[in-house]
Amino acid sequence: MPEPVNAVEMHGIVKRFPGVLANDHVDFVLRQGEVHALLGENGAGKSTLMNILAGLYRPDQGTILVNGRRVHFNSPRDAIAAGIGMIHQHFMLVPSQTVTENIVLGLDTPRFFLRLAQLDRQILELQARYGLKVDPRAKIWQLSVGEQQRVEILKMLYRGARVLIMDEPTAVLTPQEVEELFVTLRDMVAGGHSIVFISHKLDEVLSIAHRITVLQHGRVTAAGLDAKSVTKRQLAQLMVGREVVFTVQKPPARRGEVVLSVEDVWADNDRGLPALKGLSLQVCSGEILGVAGVAGNGQSELAQVITGLRKCRRGRIVINGRDIANRSPAAAIAQQIAHVPEDRTGVGTAPTLSVADNLIMKSYRLPPISDGWVLNRPVIRQQAEKLKSDYDIIAPSVDVQARLLSGGNLQKAILAREMSAGPKLIVAVQPTRGLDVGAIEAVQQVLLNERSRGTAILLISEELDELMSLSDRIIVMYEGEIMGEVKPEETTLEQLGLMMAGQKLEQTAIGPATE
Amino acid sequence: MAMTETTATGFRLPFTLRVEPRLEAPRWLGAVTSAGALIVALVIGGGIIALAGGDPIRSYQHIFKAAFGSVGVLNDTLVKATPLILVGLACALAFRMRLWNIGAEGQFFLGAWGASAVVLIPLLPKTAPRPLMLLAMALAGFLCGALWAWLPGYLRARLNVNEVVTTLMMNYIAVSWVLYWVFGAWSEGGFQMSPVFPKNAWLPRLTDYAGAVEAFAGLTLHLGFLFGLIAAVLVWFILQRSRWGYEIRLIGDNPRAAHYAGVNMVRNTVLVMMLSGGLAGLAGMSEIAGVVHRLQGAISPGYGFTGIIIAWLAKLNPFAVVLVSILFGGLILAGREIQPSGVPRMLQGVILFCVIASDVLLRYRVRLVRRGAE
Repeated sequence: MPEPVNAVEMHGIVKRFPGVLANDHVDFVLRQGEVHALLGENGAGKSTLMNILAGLYRPDQGTILVNGRRVHFNSPRDAIAAGIGMIHQHFMLVPSQTVTENIVLGLDTPRFFLRLAQLDRQILELQARYGLKVDPRAKIWQLSVGEQQRVEILKMLYRGARVLIMDEPTAVLTPQEVEELFVTLRDMVAGGHSIVFISHKLDEVLSIAHRITVLQHGRVTAAGLDAKSVTKRQLAQLMVGREVVFTVQKPPARRGEVVLSVEDVWADNDRGLPALKGLSLQVCSGEILGVAGVAGNGQSELAQVITGLRKCRRGRIVINGRDIANRSPAAAIAQQIAHVPEDRTGVGTAPTLSVADNLIMKSYRLPPISDGWVLNRPVIRQQAEKLKSDYDIIAPSVDVQARLLSGGNLQKAILAREMSAGPKLIVAVQPTRGLDVGAIEAVQQVLLNERSRGTAILLISEELDELMSLSDRIIVMYEGEIMGEVKPEETTLEQLGLMMAGQKLEQTAIGPATE
Repeated sequence: MAMTETTATGFRLPFTLRVEPRLEAPRWLGAVTSAGALIVALVIGGGIIALAGGDPIRSYQHIFKAAFGSVGVLNDTLVKATPLILVGLACALAFRMRLWNIGAEGQFFLGAWGASAVVLIPLLPKTAPRPLMLLAMALAGFLCGALWAWLPGYLRARLNVNEVVTTLMMNYIAVSWVLYWVFGAWSEGGFQMSPVFPKNAWLPRLTDYAGAVEAFAGLTLHLGFLFGLIAAVLVWFILQRSRWGYEIRLIGDNPRAAHYAGVNMVRNTVLVMMLSGGLAGLAGMSEIAGVVHRLQGAISPGYGFTGIIIAWLAKLNPFAVVLVSILFGGLILAGREIQPSGVPRMLQGVILFCVIASDVLLRYRVRLVRRGAE
């Protein structure tokens, strides 16, 4: 190989969206054979920049060089032809087709006849080279999320990608799967591939990346930092532009009586398969019970049966001494159960209704929001203005459509709504997912305040750091069952990881943490 | 893998059109784009008239005069607009909840039948006082329309049966049902129409008061128009100011969020469908008690379907429904002046096309960008 040319150079990239300057003269250089982390808060412009490199967007200004040659991409097809492939956060796979079929889908060759056996062999060879083990004949729906990600990587490798862009690849993985992914990435880099690793998780970035570029508000605040010579604190400061406190101040718990008692609950998921298998748990007032687990192990269904959104086949859900299993969402609301749903836009808000209308979703039945039949507009407005300022929701006014709020502000609005009813129990599902550091702090603080107020909180999260710092107790779910209950101060990430992968607490047998 | 230098091929203009999603649309934009679309539609329509050898300016002048040019024709336009307002509101209400009631036509017929039943069965003696008679007819019309819509609503809510198919199919049943009665039991001497209703089953018209106000002489505008205006205010109030309307808007915007907010989907689906059907039924009552004064097969030239178009043109806004209905009433009327159906039908089509296409401008901003700036 000749003297290394940079795999990718992006110069002076400008990309405007209406009202937003997503990339403001961004320079980005990816060297041959490195893992280059692209770090930044949500909305910092990381994904926009990489979508430009992957041919999804066209830049308003700026030039892109691939291996020293100027390119203009009009589509992802052009980008992949130049050896650049992107793996998105949400996988683009056909669930009912096999791994091999998904990998060759959309290619020009083979033209008509699929010689699947031969293709299977090719894919096995590719797998062997990079340690990406997955059965080529398996159907996608049979695979774990980690395996599906491997399929996505194989898809790009099969198309000849030399540069791989990974958009928050670890968000859906267990700690063990993250380790396996990192081994693969290191192998690929050793084989001459170059990788862009988009993330906002500082620990991961420091462990995998060779160099780091930080974006803030569409501008580069640090270009190509050597990962060995920076600290987590420095990176956080570059991302946010100010000091960030990493430890959450948690006052000692004042546990009260049992508020929620889930007793031997069985429920099915949307596909009619058992999602909860005889699950029991209790949450007391003034405590946070954390629920850990890889996505899709019944956590969403657990939140749904408690909040009345899903029927259960068997079991009792007792809140304030009353069984509300298989009643309606309205019954759960009447029992003062607040629900911070997993899907903020799909479930938690009505996109084209105003912010004010969104803030009354749980309280519109009761005075003073409505008197009998009629909504009380002045009170609605007044309350919306108050919540907007109390929870620091940034919006031009409470009359704008909810869809115009950023993710963080939408989440603040949901929290404001749910907390304003003075709940007895909060079911919070992934409350900080996808938020930037500032918003995460705000959300976590709200939960801790509620805990001090004596609210019982069920916190379902995939962020182990968050569970460790907020929870008073942590249970781990795997395939609809509880693998065990631990106290955050007595466990380790490794132990949690093993339980998330399906081992019972007794089997993990590492005793109290000595980390 | 070979490196390829990829560029767009072919001829390049110095400017390019760029379409970007619009984050926020100002309040006035909807009205402005609709008005703009109307103008564009008239220009296109004018072009077509010119192609057909007509003089567009004179045609439009004529249409305007024939629809709005004098008190007399304005009266006729408003009479035509009356059923359109009510069915337009019926559709707008259901569509707001994303409940696709395509059955306003059938509900209109059932409403007309129900109102007639009061007179023809008779449920009330012919000598009943006029207000009582009319109230009973209005209630019967509303209820029959509502019940006709109940079935598709219930099937949709309980069994998730597609309401587009059921409401559409029930239109044909409704028409046949009315024909069965006008050919049979209610036929007047073998003709396919019922006897004329007694006067106390007629909605009061302006001309009835010509004795008091001379200018009202000959004006056939009837009380049904007032029904339409009141219904518009009511529908607006329900949607924007009532607790129930909040639930309807929530379901229409995001059904999953509505479920999460504890809204009873089954009850709301059935109720909204029934209110929608009731309004269409009231339109039927208003038409036979205000204009036709008897039940017959040909009481609607497709009002129920025009209502769908009107609801969309009005962007589901109840007050806009009134305006659009008057415009359409004028077009229907003027059509008779110019030509039985050709030009005004064409104009209706072109207007609908342009207004719906103009929606893009609400959601996207189109910019002209210099190539060099790229």
